[in-house]
Order: sequence, then C-alpha cells, then structure tokens
Amino acid sequence: MSENSKDTVVTTPAESDGTEANASGAATLTKDAAPGDVLLKVTGLQKHFPIRKGLLQRQAGAVRAVDGIDFEVRAGETLGVVGESGCGKSTMGRLITRLLEPTAGKVEFEGQDITHLGVGGMRPLRRDVQMIFQDPYSSLNPRHTIGTIVGAPFKLQGVTPEGGIKKEVQRLLEVVGLNPEHYNRYPHEFSGGQRQRIGIARALALNPKLVVADEPVSALDVSIQAQVVNLLDDLQQELGLTYVIIAHDLSVVRHVSDRIAVMYLGKIVELADRDLLYKTPMHPYTKALMSAVPIPDPRRKNAKSERILLKGDVPSPISPPSGCRFHTRCWKATEICKTTEPVLVELTPGQRVACHHPENFEDQAPQDTVLLTAAKEAAELVPDEVLEESAQTSAAVAEAPSEGGTSSAEKGDATGDKA
Amino acid sequence: MTELNKTGAAVGEPTSDAKAPTAFLEVRDLKVHFPTDDGLVKSVDGLSFQLEKGKTLGIVGESGSGKSVTSLGIMGLHTAGQYGKRKARLSGEIWLDGTELLSADPDHVRKLRGRQMAMIFQDPLSALHPYYTIGQQIVEAYRIHNDVSKKVARRRAVEMLDRVGIPQPDKRVDSYPHEFSGGMRQRAMIAMSLVNNPELLIADEPTTALDVTVQAQILDLIRDLQKEFGSAVIIITHDLGVVAELADDLLVMYGGRCVERGPAEQVFYEPRHPYTWGLLGSMPRLDREQQERLIPVKGSPPSLINVPSGCAFNPRCPYADVPKDNLTRTVRPELTEAGSRHWAACHMSREQRERIWIEEIAPKL
Repeated sequence: MSENSKDTVVTTPAESDGTEANASGAATLTKDAAPGDVLLKVTGLQKHFPIRKGLLQRQAGAVRAVDGIDFEVRAGETLGVVGESGCGKSTMGRLITRLLEPTAGKVEFEGQDITHLGVGGMRPLRRDVQMIFQDPYSSLNPRHTIGTIVGAPFKLQGVTPEGGIKKEVQRLLEVVGLNPEHYNRYPHEFSGGQRQRIGIARALALNPKLVVADEPVSALDVSIQAQVVNLLDDLQQELGLTYVIIAHDLSVVRHVSDRIAVMYLGKIVELADRDLLYKTPMHPYTKALMSAVPIPDPRRKNAKSERILLKGDVPSPISPPSGCRFHTRCWKATEICKTTEPVLVELTPGQRVACHHPENFEDQAPQDTVLLTAAKEAAELVPDEVLEESAQTSAAVAEAPSEGGTSSAEKGDATGDKA
Repeated sequence: MTELNKTGAAVGEPTSDAKAPTAFLEVRDLKVHFPTDDGLVKSVDGLSFQLEKGKTLGIVGESGSGKSVTSLGIMGLHTAGQYGKRKARLSGEIWLDGTELLSADPDHVRKLRGRQMAMIFQDPLSALHPYYTIGQQIVEAYRIHNDVSKKVARRRAVEMLDRVGIPQPDKRVDSYPHEFSGGMRQRAMIAMSLVNNPELLIADEPTTALDVTVQAQILDLIRDLQKEFGSAVIIITHDLGVVAELADDLLVMYGGRCVERGPAEQVFYEPRHPYTWGLLGSMPRLDREQQERLIPVKGSPPSLINVPSGCAFNPRCPYADVPKDNLTRTVRPELTEAGSRHWAACHMSREQRERIWIEEIAPKL
C-alpha cells in the first residue's frame, strides 16, 4: 500500500460533466468559495430528542443533545470538534450534513439556508457535503464490492464521470492509497485501515467541498491512525477540501485542525485557533480536558501536579445544569455561573469563550468572588500550582490594558465585529 | 507441545536456569497457539518477562499482537478445565510467587485466581453481570475466598466501593451495573478485583472505553491503590501515554513476540527497535511543538496465521535491508542486550541502531 499517490492527477468528476446543473438552485451557485470565505454557517442550532413515556407515548422530556450552537466553517480550513462522549459532537456532525432534522436554528451552506430542505432538495447538495464515518466495519455494505460502494455516489447522483464509473473508481482507490485492482473485492477482505480508506474514497467520489469526518481514526491502531491522518492531510492540500473533524482524541485534533471547537453538554464552550487553544486555554473545561491527556513521556510521571481532575461525571443532557453547564464541576464557579448562562464572546482575536471567569484572561464577573460550595470541593482536586499560575496570568492580563490598552480594546472590536 | 519447546528454543535474554525463579512473577517462553480451520494462530509465540511486587509492567502493541492473550494465559483462562473444548495450546512456564501455574492443578489455580491474581477488563459493561447488583457481585468474589457471613462481606463491599471513590457507597452497593456510568462501572470493577487484596493485578485496556477526564481519574486510582496494596501490576494498552504514566518497565509486542523490553525511560528515550520507533512517530503529541507530518509505519499488522518468516516486522520495516544476507527475512531475531535491563530483537547491530535512532529518528519526533 503506497503512502500517498502524489503523481495522480486529480480531476474533478463534477467539472467533467457540466450537464447536471439543471437540478436545482443549489448547483447554480458559484462553484467555488475562495479560501477563507464562510462555507458553512450555523446559528442557534438545536437538536432535542424527545423521550416518550407511557401508553400514549406522551413526551416526558428531551435529551438536549445539541442546545444552541453557533459557528462557521471557512473554505479550505479544518475545524476540529472535541468533547467527551455525550457532549453532542456527533449529533452536531449529523445535523450539518442534514442526516438529522434540527429542532431549531439555521444551517447555511454557501449562503443557502439548508435547514429545512427535504430529501429531494438536499440531493444536489449531497455532492458538496460528504461524511466519513467512525466505524469502517459497519459503514460499508458487506454484500457489495468495493467498486459498487465507491461507485454508488455516481449512480445516485446520475453523474457519469469521464472515462466511465469504473475508471473513476479505480482512480479514487489509487488516490487513497489502495490497489485499483481490488475493485472487485468485498469489504471483509480488507483491514480496518484499508476500509477507512474505502470510506474516504467514497466520500471523495463527487469532489465535495465539505467533508465531515466523525471520529475518522479512533477505531484504528496507532500505526494505521497516522497513515489515515496523513492521507486526510494530503487530500486536503491536493483537492482544497474543507474538513469538519469530530474526535475525542485531543492530540489527533490538534494535529489536523486549524481551529477547534470544544463542546460540553450540547454547547460550544470555547472556539479558538489551534495554537491559542492549546497554549492559553481560557475555558476551565478546556484546561481540564487538556491536562487530562496522558503524555507519553515517563519522565513526567512524577510531575503530575499539573493535572486537573474533574469531580464525578458529565451531568445528564436531559436536565442540564442551569446557567453555565460546567458550574457543577468547575473550581471557579460562583453564583453568577449558576444563574446566568455565559455567552460565547471573542475575548481575544481568534478565541471565543463562554465563561464568566476565564483562565488566562481578565475576569468577566469580578464582582462575584464567593465560590459555590461545589466549586470549593472541585478546587481541592486542582493542584495548588495550577491555581497559583492561573491567578498570576489572569492578573497579568488584567493589568495589560493600562500598559498597552490591548485586551479591552480588542475585546470591544471583537464584540463589535460579532454584532 | 514438546516440539514447540524445542523449536522455540531459549529467548535470548538471561533466564535463570535454576527452577525456582527469584522474581514474584516470571513468565518463561510462553506460547499460546489456537488451532483453527485456517491454520495455527500463534497468538503468543515465545514470551518471557519478570515482574516484582510493587512494580508495574506495561505491555503495548497493536490489536492482534497477543497482549490480551498473554494476560488471559497468566490468569489461566485459556485452559479452564470444565470448558475443555477450547483448545488453546499453551506451553512454557508461568511462575507466580514460586508456583508454576501451567502445570498446576486447575483447582489450585482457581483458588489463586481472584485472591492472589485479579484482572480488570476493558469493557466493564460486558464484564459485569447485568442481573446482579454491584454489591452481590463483589460479595460473591469476597466470599469465595473468605469464609465470612454475607453481612461482613457486604460491609467489605461498601468499604471497597468507598475506597475506589464511588459516592454514597452504602446506597450504590444495591445498584445494577446499568445504573452506573462508564467510569463508575470501571471503578466498581476495580473494587471487585481488589476485594481480596491480590498481589498481582492485570489491567487489560482499563481506560480505553473511557473519556480522557475519566481516564485520568481511573489512572490516578490505579496508581494510588498500587501504592497502598503494594501489588504487582500489568497494564495492557495500545496507548503509549497511559503506560508512560504508570509503568516502570515496558514490553513492546509485535506479532505475538516481544520486540523490545526494558525500563520505561529507556524504551521511550533510547528505543532500539524499528517498530518502537514507528509507534513513537505515529503519535501526535500534545507536549511537543506541532509536527508537520506524522511518520506512520507503512502497511498493516501481520496475520498471526502467516507470520512473516524471519523478523515478523520485516515487511513494514524501513531498515529491513540493512542486515546482510537477507537475514531479516530468513532468521527470526532473538532479544539481545541494548542497555542495562534493556533488550531488543533486531538483526541490526546495536551500534547501527543507536546511530539510526540518534541521527534519523529522534530529530524528527
């Protein structure tokens, strides 16, 4: 299996077939968004799964899997989405690809509102938005050959690529590093890593603009993970793809993403450029999440003092905590966190945070200094060094305006931009 | 079986020739083979290691490298007398505190299992019985080895649940596994395996099914409990981060054999096997500056039915052609010394590997 096939000329099947543009309005839009333009815009997106009980199946409540999130994806970038299981990241992925119907909110793709498009209305867009699934075993039909699987998008869209479907499929297999002669084989003849490549080939078939990958490497072995991560990287550079990569592994997400959204209980708590997020995380949850990643370095075994342990488990998304959802486990929570939900605001350029008492930044609610009792317990799990350091950095940032007048001015700009 | 012993020969590391081993746990030339319709699956093919009390051994490797089969072999769960139909073929020696387990009476091993050695499994939901409460299951594990009343055992169960950090243990003891979250189930599993103060604890991917924040809690718990009970711990995982946190010694498995073994620091900082280099290069790391590209290992892990001849890693090894005479493809390399208490199985000379690591691999990591 060759690592990558750079010599392959990548032609776009859609370009070679100009006749399909009659289907609906979507295809008549400008074909390519310039890099940096907003490709996908999500506002106030919600998905509540109803819980029905009793004989009459009355709705007894709802799992608020995604509960009001805003973000945008720019053409050519990779947006990473991280969070623990149950935070709604996969649901979010399925909402933006419209595999699920949103409860509320708006999804815009290339300026077109696709929130409530029906199956037929979505069909032309399916070409532009593709998905790579987590489990390469259940996402490939065991009764179909690889040729049929990778060729299916052409048949469904009624597209005939130049040189015929078979030739195109073989070219795609080569692009993802598989042997084109395996066209007639069945999925069970391939290993996990190879299957994931087949899934990628299928997603690329129609030359999409946006690829949503839900845990693309978490089912793979370490050495294979690296192969697939590199493949995704190469494809992005060659084809100018835009990715939304959903994963729970923070080191993988850091490696692949340009910007990263951190989700907690159906909300985005922090959305920032990669380097900012990893160097100066502002939301306490982001900080805790990152400190929890085991570092493959035995010399740091005894330096575990930086680790922030969180108390207990993630609360249930059926009845999420009031105010800031993280306040039940946060060591900085005060009364305001319990009562008022923090808004996702851009505190420094390129870093949006929803927190009243952010780390590495000036306190947003300085009048509130009395910790909740839960926070006091949580603080016991946080090493003193971390508390001290965070107090110092916050103080330094708070002083900064008087010196350079930077942070508050930028903050003003940023919120102004947002409005 | 005797044939296997002859062909496998001694693994090239200093095994004390005398019968009684000095180490608390000593595994010598362990082989676990499964005959199947497609051929003989050599899941573990000649593995040796020692472990002292109070120390932690990390076993790393990809899926199918034989890590879990090794742990089940030590626990004596392959042979399990009454289910004689499972035809795993085991050979070699497993010495636990002066007793050889493979040749011992199964009834005797059963008495040791749960008391002297215990295991934590990867998926607590399938390892716990859904029909019984957590308390009942812990009580059962305790009463099998201790002649006590149910009341006393129950008190012990509550005490253990409290020890592993389950809130309101006196209430939660009557909960069923499905009422617990993933992290709490794993805590309950740990409570159950530690209820008899085992001297050897085997944790098979204990945190793989858990989120990072919960993983951090569980790793801390295992570390604290080890300090408290002074047991020997084997931690099996594919995550180098997890072993770096816990392990004193490290054993890297590939294709059913140990390719490198040594103190964790040495294996991380002076690895002497191309596969270990591959593992280190494949991992994106949070503690380093952003790498431009990962350096993956090409190809995929071998089938254990047709393990490549010679060195099992040779089809994926970028240095397969360095040793002369096509040695890598014909002769299986034995473990040779690569440092103090550090062994690696590679045909390249120690100097060659040192040079490659320092000049070619380490700068890119």
